[in-house]
Amino acid sequence: MTGPGPDGVAGRQAVDEAMAAEAPAAEAPGVATPGASGGHAVPVAHAVPDMEVDPDAGDGKVHGPGRTLVAVYAVFAVAATSRAVVQILTKFDEAPMAYLLSALAGAVYIVATVGLSRPTALGRRLATGACAAELTGVLTVGTLSVADRGMFPDAAVWSGYGEGYFFLPVVLPVLGLWWLRRASRVAIAAGRDARGLLGEAPESSGGTPGS
Amino acid sequence: MVRIIAIAVAVAALLLAAWVFFLAWRNRPIGRPVLCGVAVAEALLLAQLVGAIVLVARGRHASEPLTFTLYLVASLVALPLGAWWALGERSRSGTSVLGVAAAVVAVLVQRLHQTWS
Repeated sequence: MTGPGPDGVAGRQAVDEAMAAEAPAAEAPGVATPGASGGHAVPVAHAVPDMEVDPDAGDGKVHGPGRTLVAVYAVFAVAATSRAVVQILTKFDEAPMAYLLSALAGAVYIVATVGLSRPTALGRRLATGACAAELTGVLTVGTLSVADRGMFPDAAVWSGYGEGYFFLPVVLPVLGLWWLRRASRVAIAAGRDARGLLGEAPESSGGTPGS
Repeated sequence: MVRIIAIAVAVAALLLAAWVFFLAWRNRPIGRPVLCGVAVAEALLLAQLVGAIVLVARGRHASEPLTFTLYLVASLVALPLGAWWALGERSRSGTSVLGVAAAVVAVLVQRLHQTWS
């Protein structure tokens, strides 16, 4: 997994080169400063790179869209877990299956949140497992609940493919897996897998260089 | 639930979310105007809290008091947390976290309304 020079200057240069190769339009990685609205000479907003191509990003934090994903996952972890706890405490007999499944979903979201927030190989592996479990769960439970409404007298997070949560439970694991795949590719390309830089790489495929 | 306040909070949260996501899309950091917007929404949420307390004091109560209380607490902390995160990481993704928080508030208010009636 680890390439040469996981920690050294070489690794860092590799990052910069990888970034530069992927983002020809990147002039100044950074937040748009007030004067930077002129940056819209670049036609598409997506062409403006996100700022987290920070060389000092080996600070143990996830950067880039991964962070937004962590926030959404954290919301789901809190929502699913606390809802399940309340339901199990107050009315477990009504729909034990649904409530236990919600609790399981909550646990999976917690693991995914923790894994996504750690920019290390272990974190990514954890998060990948959790996202896969989540996708499996939401598809299985969703299908079962649609096929047989009687099986789930009260809604679980995953019933109806997450209809009670704007179908986000289906969308999130797909987004999560996509992000993890990209993040691990960046890490491998940068040869810093051990230390784990998860800087944001701009939309690699769609970037319109030279536009 | 005081219906007017609930609607006002939901609308304010949705507008705030749209605004913040727009800023994130344009890759702008959040500034003072957005923080004022957050303050307005938070003030409305506090008004909602007061309204709920008054109603409970008058003997009304939600059908699921525990869930209701949790939603109420969550709706109050969501925006400050999101703003704190967005200020801590001044980037597109940091900004969109505040947008997520605002959207969450809108959903929470809707759920609050459901658990009350």
